[in-house]
Amino acid sequence: MSTGQQGIVLEQTQVKTKNEHSLFRKLIRNRFAAFGLFVILLLILTAIFAPVIATYPPNKMNVTKSLLGIGVEGHILGTDNYGRDIFSRLVYGARISMLVGIGAVLFGAVVGTLLGVISGYFGGKWDSIIMRFMDGLSAFPFILLAITLMSVLGQGLVNVIIAIGVGNIPGFARVVRGQVLSVKHSEYIEVTRSLGAKHSRIIFHHVLPNSFAPLIVYATMSIAGAIISEASLSFLGLGVQPPTASWGSMLQDGKDFLVLNPHMATIPGLAILITVVGINLFGDGLRDALDPKMKA
Amino acid sequence: MGKYIVGRILNMIPTLLIVAIIVFLITRLLPGNPAAVMLGPQASAADIKALTEELGLNQPLYIQFVDYIGNLLQGDLGNSLTYNKPVIDLILERFPNTVILAVCALIISIVIGVPAGIIAARKQNSIFDYLFTTFSLIGVSMPIFWLGIMLVLFFSVNLGWFPATGMGSMEAGAGDFFSHLILPSIALATIPTAQFARITRSSMLEVISQDYVKTARSKGLSEFIVICKHAFKNALTPLLTVLGLQVSSMLGGAVLTETIFSWPGIGLLIIDAIGKRDFVVVQNMVIFIALIYVVVNLVVDILYKVVNPRIKYSSNKGGS
Repeated sequence: MSTGQQGIVLEQTQVKTKNEHSLFRKLIRNRFAAFGLFVILLLILTAIFAPVIATYPPNKMNVTKSLLGIGVEGHILGTDNYGRDIFSRLVYGARISMLVGIGAVLFGAVVGTLLGVISGYFGGKWDSIIMRFMDGLSAFPFILLAITLMSVLGQGLVNVIIAIGVGNIPGFARVVRGQVLSVKHSEYIEVTRSLGAKHSRIIFHHVLPNSFAPLIVYATMSIAGAIISEASLSFLGLGVQPPTASWGSMLQDGKDFLVLNPHMATIPGLAILITVVGINLFGDGLRDALDPKMKA
Repeated sequence: MGKYIVGRILNMIPTLLIVAIIVFLITRLLPGNPAAVMLGPQASAADIKALTEELGLNQPLYIQFVDYIGNLLQGDLGNSLTYNKPVIDLILERFPNTVILAVCALIISIVIGVPAGIIAARKQNSIFDYLFTTFSLIGVSMPIFWLGIMLVLFFSVNLGWFPATGMGSMEAGAGDFFSHLILPSIALATIPTAQFARITRSSMLEVISQDYVKTARSKGLSEFIVICKHAFKNALTPLLTVLGLQVSSMLGGAVLTETIFSWPGIGLLIIDAIGKRDFVVVQNMVIFIALIYVVVNLVVDILYKVVNPRIKYSSNKGGS
C-alpha cells in the first residue's frame, strides 16, 4: 500500500470514528433516546446476568409458599400460584424477550435483506415475484401469521423466533428494496460497474452499506414489535414451552389470580411496557440521529 | 375512476392467490399426517384413514392444491370437525360480533385520536403537547392483552362497573349490550387511538406551516375554519393510510382482545380451533381475515383517490 493510499485509509477511519462519536453524542443529548438506551442496556445486562441477579431458581415450585405478597419471606416481588419467585422469573423472562426480540428481527432482516436486494437490484420478473409474495405475506395481521405458524410448528423458543421472524421479512424486504432502487443508478455504482466489478461486490461493498441507516432504524423498531408478539404468543399458550419463564406466560398465569394476587399480572405487563417504550424511544432517537429525513 | 377501481381489483387477485398458497404451505408444514394430529392420540387407524381420505390428504400435493383452490373459488371452506358445521356458517355466526367490536374501537380511536392530534399540533411544544407525546408513545407501546387484564382488574374486579367477560345481547337491554362492549372496545382502541393521534399531529404540523394556511388566516377566517376546512382536509391522506393499516392491526388485536374478554368473535374462534386442533377452521379463518384486510385496503386506496384525485394508478406496483 502506498503512502497516499495509507493516508486515505487513515482519513476514512478517522471520519468513521468521528461519525460514530457524533452519532453517540446525538443519542446521549436526546434525553428520551438516552432513557431508551438505558432501558435497553438494563435489559441486556439483566438477561446476561440472570443467574447472578435472580434470588431463586425461576422454575422451582413450593406450593406451601404460593401467592405470597410483595416482599414476604424474602421474595422481592412475591410468589405465583406454584410458589415460584416472581422476581426471578421476571429476570429470566428478560432473557426470552431479548432472545426472541433480537433473534426474530435478525431472521427477518437476513431473509428480508436478501430478498429486497435481489428484488431491487435485479428487478424484472424477480422483482415482481418477490414483491407479490411479500404483498401476500403482508396481508396477514402480524400476530395472526405468528399464531398460525406456531399452531403448526408447536411450542418452543426456536419456533417462536421463526414464527415472528417470518412476519418481519416483508418490512425488511421493502426497506432494502427501496434503498437499492434509490442507489442502483447512482453515478458511483455505474462507475464501479463499468470498471468490471461483479454484482456481489457492488451489492455488498456499495449498495448494502448505503442501506444501513434505515435498516438499523427499522430493525430497532421491529425488536419492540417482536417482544410484544412473543409475549402475546406465550399469553395465548403458543409461545415458549412451560415452565420456561416468559413475561407473556407469567401474565397468563396471573390472569386467573387478579383478585388474590393482582401484582402477578401487573408486574410482567409493566416490564413489557417499559421495555417496549424504551426501545421505541431509542428507535426514534436513532432515526432522528441517523436519518432526519425519515422523521414522521 | 372506474378504470382505477378495476385496476385495483385485478391487482388484488395475485395477492389473494399468494395468500392461499402461503396458507396451504403452512398447513402442509405440519409434521406427520394432519388428520392424525386433528384426531388426537386416541384415534384409531381406521378413523385416521377415513379423515385422511375425506380431507384429500392421500392425494399428491399438486392435486390437493388444485382441489383446495377450486373449493375456495366456489366458496366451499369445508366443514369443521369439532363444531360439526360448515366453516362458512361459523364465519357468518362469529364475524358480525368481531365487526361490532372493531367498529366500536375504530369510532373511539378516531373520535379521541384525531382531535387530540389536531390540538397537539396547534399547541406545539405546550404542556398539552408533551403530555400528548408521552401518552401516545405509551399507547403505541401498550401490550393490549395486559391492558385488557388491567381494565378488568380495575373496572370489573375493583369497581364492579362493567362485566369482565362475555357479550351482552340487545334482548337483555341496550345497557347490558353496551356494558359488555365498553372494556373490550377500549382495549382494542388503544393502539389505533395513539397511531391516529401521532399521524394527525405530524401531518397537521406539516400542513399548518404552508402558505395557503397562512393566506387563509390573513383573510381573517376563524381558526376553526382554517383548521377544519383548509388544513385538516389536506392532512387527511396520511390518516387514510393509517386507517388501512389499523384494520389489519385490529383484526390481529381482536384475537387477543376476544380471548381476554371471551368475546365470541372470529379471534376467539381461531384460538379455540387451534386448541381443538381443528385446522380446517384455522386455515380458512386465516384466509378469510387476509381477504378482509385486502378488501379494506382496496377501499382505502379508492378513498385515497377520492380525497386526492392527483394520485394515479400504476399497474407496475412492485411492492413499496
